[in-house]
Amino acid sequence: MFARAVWLILRKDLTVEVRSGEIAYTTLFFAVSCILMFSFALVREGRGPEDGAAGLLWIAIVFAGTLALGRTFERERQSETLRALLMAPAARPAVYVGKLLGIVALLAGVEIVLVPLVALLFQARGMLDHPFWLAAILVSGTIGFASVGTLFAAMLIRARSRDVLLPVLLYPVIVPVMIAGVRGTAALLQPAVDTAILQFWLALTVTFDVVFVTLALWTFEPVMTD
Amino acid sequence: MSLDFDQLAVEDVSRHFGRRRALSRVTFRAGRGAILGLLGPNGAGKSTMLAMLATLLKPTTGVIRYGTLDPGSHGPSLRARIGILGHDLFLYPELTARENLVFFAGLYRSADAGRDAAQALERAGLADRSDDPVSSFSRGMRQRVALERALIHQPRLALLDEPFTGLDDASAAALVARLRALRDGGAIVILATHDLDLAEGLLDQVVFLRDGRMVDAVARPEALRSTYRSVMGRQ
Repeated sequence: MFARAVWLILRKDLTVEVRSGEIAYTTLFFAVSCILMFSFALVREGRGPEDGAAGLLWIAIVFAGTLALGRTFERERQSETLRALLMAPAARPAVYVGKLLGIVALLAGVEIVLVPLVALLFQARGMLDHPFWLAAILVSGTIGFASVGTLFAAMLIRARSRDVLLPVLLYPVIVPVMIAGVRGTAALLQPAVDTAILQFWLALTVTFDVVFVTLALWTFEPVMTD
Repeated sequence: MSLDFDQLAVEDVSRHFGRRRALSRVTFRAGRGAILGLLGPNGAGKSTMLAMLATLLKPTTGVIRYGTLDPGSHGPSLRARIGILGHDLFLYPELTARENLVFFAGLYRSADAGRDAAQALERAGLADRSDDPVSSFSRGMRQRVALERALIHQPRLALLDEPFTGLDDASAAALVARLRALRDGGAIVILATHDLDLAEGLLDQVVFLRDGRMVDAVARPEALRSTYRSVMGRQ
């Protein structure tokens, strides 16, 4: 039943998003605008700051992800549908996992657009030469970000100042994931890629993912019951 | 596994939100085949009571028992036997009526969610609008879909918060008939409403709440409006 509930919630979120396009368009527009502005400000004679592309890519992902988290749960708040999900006869962490996968899928779509854009504007084509490593770092970093973000966004659903509180609470917690994501992506931009360094940063993000997802699954039910 | 129960017992239940006391020492019981009304003015604690019965809130003190079951150890199985229609409708406006009902039927482990949704749409009188998004419906039509969503898994305990909101006379009469059918089918129906005219003759028990306190409980009430005035007029 857990897997079925996760699948139903994920499919429902994607159906709603395909129909409205609200979060995908706003998130994508915001992320692309962010990258374009950084490129106008930082790229000189076709070259950006060394390793800057990695940091700017993750800034755009995190800011766009924060926007997506807020809107996703705002949608559940407007008709109080989160309460209906919590009433379902599935373990309540299934609701968390369904929402988490929806956010990850959305951010994966944004990243598919952002990565070639960053590579093009910042002359960072090196990251495209190692698609497996890049995908592994992006996926693990995105899961790390979204796992904490989904829990916090769900917790804050009834808070009046939730839009302000979400980044204030979220960003300090995800700093380790962001550092690992940025350094792992930057390692791909070196002329000679050191796989040992890549493995280190990837192992770090995967470790954070396991810790954050486990903690979120453990705390979701008591946090959402009251 | 879905567990069943015959009786709902609320024992000395209080609920505080910080320093605010939403409910204080409420006690009542309801058995299968009964409609219990929670009546009281705004802010009396009716919605808080329903949220606790739905396992969405924990009592600060006191116990709620579903037969011999408690929500702490039987959460998912117990929720499979509870349906709730809240003041908000718990529907996704971007989805069609059919998609909403199929989604919730699936969550409630329906073996054939499509068939259950189609039957629910027939009962709601909305079969011809089933593929329209809920956002295009009037309040009354949404209320009818929401009621079917709450009852799509044939719950033992049906919790209804102001179910007559937005319904025209014919729909309200159909809802009254539906509630009687639920009672005859052995459900425990808890109804919070301000509409005393529609509730007249429907309720088997009434619990009167005011300012979070249980003022009185009456079995088989007659002349509901005058009883309400009399009970609420007491100091």
